[in-house]
Amino acid sequence: MDMPAPRTQVLQRRPDIIAALRAVLPEDAVITHETGLRAYECDALTAYRCAPMVVVLPRTTEEVSAVLQICHAQNVPVVPRGAGTSLAGGALPTADAVVIGVARMTQILEVDFDDRLMRVQTGRTNLSVSGAIADQGWFYAPDPSSQLACAIAGNIAMNSGGAHCLKYGVTVNNLLGVRMVLMDGTVLDLGGGHMDAPDLDMLALVCGAEGQLGIVTEATLRILPKPEGARPVLIGFGSSAVAGACVSDIIKAGILPVAIEFMDRPCIRACEAFAHAGYPDCEALLIIEVEGCDMEIDHQLALIRRIAATHAPEEIRESRSAEESARIWLGRKSAFGAMGQINDYMCLDGTIPVDELPRVLERIAALSDSYGLRVANVFHAGDGNMHPLILFDANTPGDLEKCEALGADILRLCVEVGGCLTGEHGVGVEKRDLMGVQFTPDDLEAQMQVKDAFDPKWLLNAAKVFPLAASAGRRG
Amino acid sequence: MNEPVPSAPPRTAAMPATEAELAAMIRECDARVALTGGATRHIPQTGPEAPPRLSTARLTGVTRYEPGALTLVARAGTPLAEIEALLASHNQRLPFEPMDHRVILHRTGTPTLGGMIALNHCGPRRVQAGAARDLLLGLRFVDGTGRIVKSGGRVMKNVTGYDLARLHCGARGTLGVISEVALKVLPAPEAVMTFTQPQSDPVAATHTMSRALGAPFEISGAAWDGAQVLLRIEGFAASVRYRGAQLQSLIPDLHPLPHGHDPWPDLRDVRALSPLGPDIWRICARASHGARAAGRLQAAGVQVMLDWGGALVWAAAPPGTDLRAHLHGLDGHATRLRGTAGDLPECAPQSAPVTALSARLRQNFDPKGLFQKGSL
Ligand SMILES: Cc1cc2nc3c(=O)[nH]c(=O)nc-3n(C[C@H](O)[C@H](O)[C@H](O)COP(=O)(O)OP(=O)(O)OC[C@H]3O[C@@H](n4cnc5c(N)ncnc54)[C@H](O)[C@@H]3O)c2cc1C
Repeated sequence: MDMPAPRTQVLQRRPDIIAALRAVLPEDAVITHETGLRAYECDALTAYRCAPMVVVLPRTTEEVSAVLQICHAQNVPVVPRGAGTSLAGGALPTADAVVIGVARMTQILEVDFDDRLMRVQTGRTNLSVSGAIADQGWFYAPDPSSQLACAIAGNIAMNSGGAHCLKYGVTVNNLLGVRMVLMDGTVLDLGGGHMDAPDLDMLALVCGAEGQLGIVTEATLRILPKPEGARPVLIGFGSSAVAGACVSDIIKAGILPVAIEFMDRPCIRACEAFAHAGYPDCEALLIIEVEGCDMEIDHQLALIRRIAATHAPEEIRESRSAEESARIWLGRKSAFGAMGQINDYMCLDGTIPVDELPRVLERIAALSDSYGLRVANVFHAGDGNMHPLILFDANTPGDLEKCEALGADILRLCVEVGGCLTGEHGVGVEKRDLMGVQFTPDDLEAQMQVKDAFDPKWLLNAAKVFPLAASAGRRG
Repeated sequence: MNEPVPSAPPRTAAMPATEAELAAMIRECDARVALTGGATRHIPQTGPEAPPRLSTARLTGVTRYEPGALTLVARAGTPLAEIEALLASHNQRLPFEPMDHRVILHRTGTPTLGGMIALNHCGPRRVQAGAARDLLLGLRFVDGTGRIVKSGGRVMKNVTGYDLARLHCGARGTLGVISEVALKVLPAPEAVMTFTQPQSDPVAATHTMSRALGAPFEISGAAWDGAQVLLRIEGFAASVRYRGAQLQSLIPDLHPLPHGHDPWPDLRDVRALSPLGPDIWRICARASHGARAAGRLQAAGVQVMLDWGGALVWAAAPPGTDLRAHLHGLDGHATRLRGTAGDLPECAPQSAPVTALSARLRQNFDPKGLFQKGSL
């Protein structure tokens, strides 16, 4: 993975740039010493690291605007950062970059239950947004597994999803408005408390643009009343193909669970060893959660049981209590941690059409054999968003490269069957060079023209998303 | 009142049968073209000054429908009615309940998939299921240079690259001609119940709707027709009964409509206001602002209706009246959907930076200015 060489003209002017930044920011908001900068050298894609030139931690939109005006005038690259949990290297700096972190912008600006919305500064973590309204019986629906740490800023930039997005949609479906700052310092609002854009839907464009169009400082979020209750059922199957067929039948029957999660045997075993959730030792397992009052839950779970029964399940375990529900979820929620215990792993994020599931799992198994690297599968089966975890050993020379090659092959497979490279983690630097697999040069050119409109100098997070060769002429 | 205006026969229009033909035709154009889907919105101009017409009427057909994956892909000129019939035969539907604009615009014509996306259609279920943009999985389009571009795909979760697909929702064809659309569909519910409460005040009505939408009963429609609040619940029969009973104990004076009585198609199409006006305005606002705006307009003698729990105001106003004068401080925007008198812009002006960005995007996608005045 290459990154563009730092601009020497920028590095040479470092003292002047720092002085200019200090002039518009409070003392504690500018980080320049080496140890401080090292904390920002990577996000959750830790294989790639590079400390930035400066980090700033503004507290207001005006401060963000002031910083961007300086960087724009002096042609300094900027990398926006939320909580740094990106798995795609979206927040990876370059040595000549100013990182603008929104971690200190955590205020709740407004909560309005009558209008079913809440306005926050985007540095606030996802979980603490829901946490602030939980007592009143409300929640913010998108719930990435990283929700304890990740910020609304990153959620918007990556259009993040979560376990419950089968029913509630992803970030773009729950975002009503943003206040953002363009690279030249212009502050603008898109959307607000209302639904529907009056003209071009630029809100949807900014959501998922990976911090390349502007820095989002405030967000208006749609909030929802919490359901009366929720309960999962765990179903074990003798084969992944059968589990896949069961998912399809449930959906066709008109049941809309909030979550359908899938795990295969390697993943089940690792989770079991790690979390002792009491999972059956089977080839494939589904966790299906439904919501409503007790009567509604019973009704939907009965339907699901009836459908599952036609697929010869090895085990059906319906939760009867909050503790049982927690145990069923325990294994799934600790899946990544469990894999991390036994190995280094790389987490993929391709999406496939749901009906391709059995075929894709077979081909992944074949690829895994041919590379000699183990792959464990855990994913959101209801919407086809797969998370194959490739296990490798970072200390074995060549293993990382082999792992990346296998990952690329699996993502090519996802595209080949009608899916895409990334369902929720984003392109970042990780999948940047695979974009040509999914898009034609014209498709990519059209996307880059959008960035031209927002950031004509290509200073904002510019080394991400597009293959470096494709964006070279624009990055200057 | 106006007689329905028949759509101009599309015979004189260029009608490409494939995306490649469409692209070739657009490459040949060097001045404005009038783009039509099913011609349900604007009447194409006639006469020597009229721009040449380009129609998607032959870009039709469902290319893929997977009920088990809840996805449908079809060419942009496919009549909506065809798609809705196909889905219904599998007990599925377009969740966003697209409005039929022919009622309010007094048009004939055939609504098409492309037009529905370009206008980001939706209906009362907006409060629960979203609008067309929320169920859009991807699309293909030909921009003003004749370049074929795809964005998104046909899977439910996809964050690969920028979302150019949703950018077309509401763009009214100004960024290019949509050629193919992929949508998420959903199962039709087993049962539906509607409850009503008499109410003549829009602010009080919105209050009631907010209470209902703020309770965990999954309201799939919350409207006010000027005389009563209407609340809809959908789902499995037993669940609908349960939630209905809960709702009745939460909100006083709430009564179920008798079975077989479905007021929602007419609410969706704003049929009650259609004979009035003659100008029809659509005001999209934060719910409490919508309620206040409706109250002010009502006091000024304008006929109003509410949908989306107050977040959508429909108003029938005297010809040429600029309702925006009543809407100071509104978090939202007002569009005159019907009416020609007075020199009123159809859309409300936006902030300077947003206007500048929109202009730059349009310049990039349509440098020849072919689609300046979107007319689907
Ligand atoms: C254990 C684990 C589990 C995860 N589970 C999920 C999951 O279930 N679903 C999911 O979708 N993701 C998941 N992720 C990925 C990650 O948490 C999300 O992408 C998250 O939204 C990133 O948020 P962040 O605040 O950490 O952003 P960062 O990592 O700081 O940045 C992410 C991107 O956003 C940009 N950005 C940051 N702030 C701004 C801003 N203010 N304005 C504009 N752009 C900005 C950055 O430049 C970067 O491109 C997981 C990650 C981990 C480590």
